[in-house]
Amino acid sequence: MIATVIALPALSALLLLTLGKRSNKFGPGLAIAASTGSFLIGLWQFLQMAARPEEERAVITTVYEWLAVPAAGFKVNFALQLDQLSISFVLLITFVGTLIHIYSLGYMSHDENKRKFFAYLNLFVAAMLLLVLADNYLLLYVGWEGVGLASYLLIGFWQHKPTAAVAAKKAFVANRVGDFGLSLAIMTMFIVFGSVSFSDVNQGISGAPAWVSLTLGLLLLLAACGKSAQFPLQSWLLDAMEGPTPVSALIHAATMVTAGVYLIVRSASIFNASEIAQTAVVIIGAISLLMGAIIGAAKDDIKKSLAGSTMSQIGYMVLAAGLGPIGYVFAILHLITHGFFKAVMFLGAGSVMHATNDNVDMRRYGGLSKVMIFTTITFFIGYLAIIGIPPFAGFYSKDHIIEAALSHSWWAGAAVLFGAGLTAFYMTRMVVMTFVSKPRWEDDVHPHESPLSMTLPMIVLSIGAASLGIILTNDHMFEHWLEPVTGFVEPEPPFSIQTITIITLSVVAVGVLAAIWQYRKIAKVAPKKVSLVVAAARKDLYGDVMNEALLMRPGQGLTRLLNIFDKSVVDGFVNGIGSFTGGVSARLRRSETGYVRSYAMSIVLGTAILVVALLIVGL
Amino acid sequence: MINTYLKLAEVSQNSISFEPFVFWVCGGLAVIGAIGMLISHKAVHSALWVALTMINLAVLYVVQSAPFLGVTQVVVYTGAVMMLFLFVLMIVGVDASDSLVETIKGQRRVAILAGVVLVIALVLLLGNSFSIQAAELANADSAYGGNVQGIAALLFGKYVLIFELTSALLITAAVGAMVLAHKERTAPRKTQAVMAKELFASGNYKGPLPSPGVYARHNSVDTPALLPDGSVSEISLPGPIVARGSAKPVNQNDINEVQTISEGLGLVSTDEEGDK
Amino acid sequence: MNPSAYLVLSGIIFSIGALGVLLRRNAIVAFMSVELMLNAANLAFVTGSRVWGQLDGQTTAFFVMVVAAAEVVVGLAIILTIFRTRNSASVDEASLLRW
Repeated sequence: MIATVIALPALSALLLLTLGKRSNKFGPGLAIAASTGSFLIGLWQFLQMAARPEEERAVITTVYEWLAVPAAGFKVNFALQLDQLSISFVLLITFVGTLIHIYSLGYMSHDENKRKFFAYLNLFVAAMLLLVLADNYLLLYVGWEGVGLASYLLIGFWQHKPTAAVAAKKAFVANRVGDFGLSLAIMTMFIVFGSVSFSDVNQGISGAPAWVSLTLGLLLLLAACGKSAQFPLQSWLLDAMEGPTPVSALIHAATMVTAGVYLIVRSASIFNASEIAQTAVVIIGAISLLMGAIIGAAKDDIKKSLAGSTMSQIGYMVLAAGLGPIGYVFAILHLITHGFFKAVMFLGAGSVMHATNDNVDMRRYGGLSKVMIFTTITFFIGYLAIIGIPPFAGFYSKDHIIEAALSHSWWAGAAVLFGAGLTAFYMTRMVVMTFVSKPRWEDDVHPHESPLSMTLPMIVLSIGAASLGIILTNDHMFEHWLEPVTGFVEPEPPFSIQTITIITLSVVAVGVLAAIWQYRKIAKVAPKKVSLVVAAARKDLYGDVMNEALLMRPGQGLTRLLNIFDKSVVDGFVNGIGSFTGGVSARLRRSETGYVRSYAMSIVLGTAILVVALLIVGL
Repeated sequence: MINTYLKLAEVSQNSISFEPFVFWVCGGLAVIGAIGMLISHKAVHSALWVALTMINLAVLYVVQSAPFLGVTQVVVYTGAVMMLFLFVLMIVGVDASDSLVETIKGQRRVAILAGVVLVIALVLLLGNSFSIQAAELANADSAYGGNVQGIAALLFGKYVLIFELTSALLITAAVGAMVLAHKERTAPRKTQAVMAKELFASGNYKGPLPSPGVYARHNSVDTPALLPDGSVSEISLPGPIVARGSAKPVNQNDINEVQTISEGLGLVSTDEEGDK
Repeated sequence: MNPSAYLVLSGIIFSIGALGVLLRRNAIVAFMSVELMLNAANLAFVTGSRVWGQLDGQTTAFFVMVVAAAEVVVGLAIILTIFRTRNSASVDEASLLRW
């Protein structure tokens, strides 16, 4: 039954891609139907699961035997694991996915390739569901690559734009580095445990030597960094904003980029076994959340600013996942709430762009609240959620992460607190520049509210962004729900929870006020004279420069070295054989003079030798 | 005539003492012919030397109880083949003689060395191959009633298939030779009118040249003709005479006389009179 | 008389013919040399026929003559064709087929 959740969007994508233009008319409708069907089946499964007692909730369904190498004792089933963790993801993916399908109906209505767009969206949903439903790492890897492919196709959807094509390529290459880590991890699992299924690895890890968990942990962290745009593989996410905005909302904010967090939480037993790997995860999360926030605070491009925010928020999740059992649940909680409020903000940004002739420069917005009521309200709800104002969703998830981080160490706590302040700053900046301040529109721009197909998903999502936190954390419901899968330990922060909440809210308030003060007047063109930090942040904190210096140049050097080796040694050997043969034959062929008498001479000489030989033998 | 020939053949076969004489004379002549072919510069001479060798070999066939082959040798080789050679030689050019300079480096030295080694080795090898006295062919001949009948019996009996195959070979060879030597005409045959036009198209003077001795006291071939104005016409002398340097100089008196005559006749017009 | 003498004679004429092929540049003369070698072989056949008292050797010599006649016809035609195109009967001139 659960397989149909994946099969519906997969078949729809296959149908739309093979039928081509013939499916132009019914394509978007079919895609939305497939996605909705997936969501309904997922919801039904969820209700069934919730009705069962806690021990029987996790179910593994073997669809068919996929790979079997009896000689090596290797067996991988195409099996789907439906437990509390994966059903949470299924609901998030299919729900947000369906809403964004509907949103795209309005947003992409003028695009002649919209059928292809919907096919890719369905492909993405199918791959993402496969990723979270897989019961072993190899099947997860299939989904992992599938979402990478869908991401590549959708970033480069407007491939006639060179920037989009390059961004797609960049995302693919950066993801490949992470995928490399995942594939190495899977190979290591097979070598050490002889199996790649979650249950076998979880059982085997407790008895395995320390280096196994450390190696696996670091490799999986590398994979997570690639997929979730964490330091040092973060640079692709900002460029990925070249894709259509619904894609940015669904793939590069709500779901795909959180796959790294899912991977870490799913591999909880591995990280629990290695403190060094956990610390590495926390450090990476802390660096990313600060970097993302700083970049988000400096960008004038609304989508890039949101992308920096996404990177920062995922940094929160990764950091939480690195904290161990005290953080896993909150990482997932924040993931789900973030999926809602970030999606609503991206959709709001898309709506704003839709209204301003696809302009992304916030310095040319301003005062849009007067003309775009729904967009403004929903965006504002998302804003309140992300900066963590109670009772909006972000408050509950982020506050718990801050508590857990503080109970882990003072520096992790400091990082998340500072990050909360930065978040408040850049989000306030965004709201002020876009909706509140005086209009700075281009001359030919006449902003208007978007159609219902676009505002409806935003409204639905904003309701989630407003209420999810209070619903899920009511009576520790979500902690209890996930505890059988990830384990849960109540965090023990050094201060009381009330103190922490007050500290957090004051930090947030400082951020908000600073932004309001800073942006009381906004220039239409970004000022040139800025501090070093802003200049660096505008250049993505030199992410590309670092990539170039650390990876591209050494890679080029290595390639050049290999090239020289290939040309001198390998080619030298091969060419040497060739030129030796050539030289010998060049000399030998001189005997072919073309003179028939020379040839006759060789015959006569041969005859003479034969006769002499006969003579000698005869005598 | 044919009877005499057969008699000779019979005598040579039967008389032991007669054979060595014939062998040494004819064998010696054959070798001389062969060496002559090798060293003559002119191809025609070579052909004649080869003919000598072949006739002598024919005699040696007859001596060795093969009168039919002897006759065939004379008819086919000296008659047909050598005539064909001479015929082609005439087409190719009789005077085409080999230059004495060897073009391939070392060819002559190595060839002579190889030849000497071959001769010595063959002589040593063959010299003692038959220590027995020759068997008599007479029995084999008489079984069929003679040499020619014997060979005929073999050709049309035992070897009839090969014989038929050789006929195919000969026909193929004849057709092949025709194909090879045939020259395809690429343009239509020229008519006399076309040839005449071509002759004059080049702009050369093709009329009769002035004959030697005209307007002169002499009409001998070696005296150049004088043109009406008294000047000497160079083209009136035949080439070989000029080449030999035996042209006669023209007497100045003759020139004056010619000028006087032509002026009196009004043949040489002055500039003033022009075209009148 | 010992028939080996004929064989020796045959060998000498054969060698001279071979030398002719090697040394003479005129294609026609080289061809004559080949004929000479064939004749030398014929002499050996006839001698063998006489020694063994069988007519087969003579028959073989007859076939050799037939083949030689065919060969001469074709060979001379080839020489003629070459002479027409290259205006030369030298075997050294026709040396295009080389390195």
